Amino acid sequence: MSAVATLAPPRAPEQPTVTAACRHCGAPMARGGGDFCCSGCAGAYAFIRELGLERYYAGRSFDPGARLPRPPEEPAGDAALYAAAAGDGTASLTLLLDGLHCAACVWLIEQALRRDPAVTIARVNLTTRRLFLRWVGEPDVATRLMRTVERLGYRAIPYDAARESGSSEEERALLRALAVAGFAAANVMLLSVAIWAGFPGEMGPATRDLLHWVSALIALPAIAYAGRPFFRSAIAALGARRTNMDVPISAGVILAAGMSLFETARSGPHAYFESVAMLLFFLLVGRYLDRRARGRVRSAAEHLLGFAAAPATVLEANGASRRVPVASLAAGDTVLVAAGERIPVDGSVSQGRSSVDKSLIDGESLPHAVEPGSDVLAGMLNVAAPLRVTVRAVGERTFLAEVVRLMEAVERGRARLVALADRVARRYAPAVHLLALATFVGWAFAGPWQAALLNAIAVLIITCPCALGLAVPVAQVIACNRLFRAGILLKSATALERLDEIDTVVFDKTGTLTRGRPELCREGSSEDADLREAASLAAHSRHPLSRALCRAAPEARAAVGVEEHPGEGLSQATPEGEIRLGSRQWCGIPESTTCGDADLELWLARPGLAPLRFRFEDELRPDARETVSRLKAMGKRLVLLSGDRMEAVERVAAELGIEEWTARVSPGEKCETLRLIASGGDRVLMVGDGLNDGPALAAAHVSISPSSAIDLCQTAADVVFQGASLRAVTEVLEVARRSGRLVRENIGFAILYNLAAVPLAIAGLVTPPLAAAAMSGSSITVVVNSLRLGRRA
Amino acid sequence: MTGLLYLIPIALAMGLAGLIAFLWALRSGQFDDLDGAAGRVLFDDPADIEPPASDRSLPP
Repeated sequence: MSAVATLAPPRAPEQPTVTAACRHCGAPMARGGGDFCCSGCAGAYAFIRELGLERYYAGRSFDPGARLPRPPEEPAGDAALYAAAAGDGTASLTLLLDGLHCAACVWLIEQALRRDPAVTIARVNLTTRRLFLRWVGEPDVATRLMRTVERLGYRAIPYDAARESGSSEEERALLRALAVAGFAAANVMLLSVAIWAGFPGEMGPATRDLLHWVSALIALPAIAYAGRPFFRSAIAALGARRTNMDVPISAGVILAAGMSLFETARSGPHAYFESVAMLLFFLLVGRYLDRRARGRVRSAAEHLLGFAAAPATVLEANGASRRVPVASLAAGDTVLVAAGERIPVDGSVSQGRSSVDKSLIDGESLPHAVEPGSDVLAGMLNVAAPLRVTVRAVGERTFLAEVVRLMEAVERGRARLVALADRVARRYAPAVHLLALATFVGWAFAGPWQAALLNAIAVLIITCPCALGLAVPVAQVIACNRLFRAGILLKSATALERLDEIDTVVFDKTGTLTRGRPELCREGSSEDADLREAASLAAHSRHPLSRALCRAAPEARAAVGVEEHPGEGLSQATPEGEIRLGSRQWCGIPESTTCGDADLELWLARPGLAPLRFRFEDELRPDARETVSRLKAMGKRLVLLSGDRMEAVERVAAELGIEEWTARVSPGEKCETLRLIASGGDRVLMVGDGLNDGPALAAAHVSISPSSAIDLCQTAADVVFQGASLRAVTEVLEVARRSGRLVRENIGFAILYNLAAVPLAIAGLVTPPLAAAAMSGSSITVVVNSLRLGRRA
Repeated sequence: MTGLLYLIPIALAMGLAGLIAFLWALRSGQFDDLDGAAGRVLFDDPADIEPPASDRSLPP
């Protein structure tokens, strides 16, 4: 599927009155003036002009489903670790690109990279969204090249190609089998049509036997080669004393091929070689589509996880620092955590004072001050100043491991889910085999055993679950593709089926319904000049509230002589006296002047002026309200479970109109609440992103995580979505509903066709041409029906 | 009917040629990027084509 060419901006405008679109990313902007929506886009535009690649703007077309080509705010980590050095002085790296829209993006990225003198190969694959790079020099060059890609407006994520090679080899093997089966089916059918047309007629028995022998010559090796995936799976299933869809397929294929060979040898009238070859062909189409979509989605989800596990910086005894994987840390090691980095391990602070953001651990939206001796947990974000952390525990004894244990416990408790197709196959296979046996026994009483066997095999061929084998994968592949293009990754094969069944949606607050970062409220008395002054101090801090101030006043310059006091605030010494920006206590404001929500605020105290208050809110995701009302319209019950403070949760719940909410919930309690809801007969969809949501995500019937969530959640969740928009939740539910209906329709078609054809087969009336027509007819019906899902609703 | 004796081998040989061509194309990566290849042609113009690599020199 190629990108749909639209000249309109890719996202629906948030405000109804749009005056301009950003010249780089095309995002609608409500305000007049300025050509760009952000400084990143302005930079990207200048960079592209500097390279002389402006043609990109004329040639591109937006894909409404893809991320805007806006440079990421925070550059991704160290790409050099993932680059592989070849022996000959070159190195290579595969990057996964986010934000590709069309061939113009491919051209832009390739051209920009080829301007770099070191680069020898830069090749973008638009289908898999991967960029392969080879360059002359050290692996370190990777970081520079990745930066180039990011400056153009794309997000690049290093990708371990070796991890994926196994599944792509399997995919190619399937495609080869598909080609061979297709060749055999087409050629044998050609000969068979000649037989059906010419015999009994002008064609003599000798010619017919010759054509049968040629058919056997083509079909038998092809069946032996192309049937291997089914035979292998059937043998594995039988070995485990189970039966699956591949058992009746393999039995039908082998018996029909053997019987046809026998008939050919005794120069009988009927051979089913073309039916067998076609059957394999159609089944392989289904199998290949299934594998392809699943492999692509899985590898995309996997590498997102791999990258989230960033390396840690270890300080060695001699003072040197070294980047190592987190897994190789030992208790007692000292780890350096720069401001803005996530703390990789559980431990205690040995040096430095800073604040840490624990929102991923417990949903708290405010940072906490830490000082030497404070305990910190893996997953916390260090926001203010560099810290040295002594590793206290690794492996089993960390908080993280505890949460993982909790998750494993609930996962064991969850009944193993069986895919719908397998459930159908489990009942279907024995029924089919019994039916064939009954046909054989019945006809054996009435006449010679050869005729009885032939009729029994006709039953097996007719009932071979060809349409059934296509019914689920085709619908799923199309749904997967559609979601993949919208930045939604389905990690579990049965997720769509389960999503279709849910009736309660449980949300986490921080980072899920909200953006997980505070924004300044633009109300009250703060004058622009005051705001600028506060921002000029705040520019020295990475505290979330300071950064929100800077975002609110981007034109402010950083002031000189500012000192940060972690956990308290900032101070600037001026001739008139000290200016302070920070908490209520830091600025010496008495508690009595409380006005409303006491937590998300900053005070600015200046000598000779009344202290000024800035209020912040953890902003809701742009379409949270719309998503909630749409979910309500779908008739879902909504619940909000958060580990955050009572007031914050209450405000969000009231704003969104969610009636059921609970604040200050621990991970275990979340799990418990979910179990309670489930025991009432409801199927629960959990949407969450924090470490505290991990067990709940695993315990829910089905779960969704944003890609900003920690790796643990992305592992536990069935669905991972990218981007700031919560629309993904309703989109997933909608696609799941439609694909569920399609799968049921498809299975209905397949069963209907069997009901019509099986009596004919039992009665001995099915001839090879009838079998072939019925089989392809049902398969094509199923595929065409599924294709309807691909159309944009 | 004797025509069949050479027509069938010819038909099969042509089919096999197609199969082999497909398998070759598959092996050489022609099916790796179906979306991108379609759009590339729109952007290649003579000025963009890179100087030939050192191991492949163009005839004068």
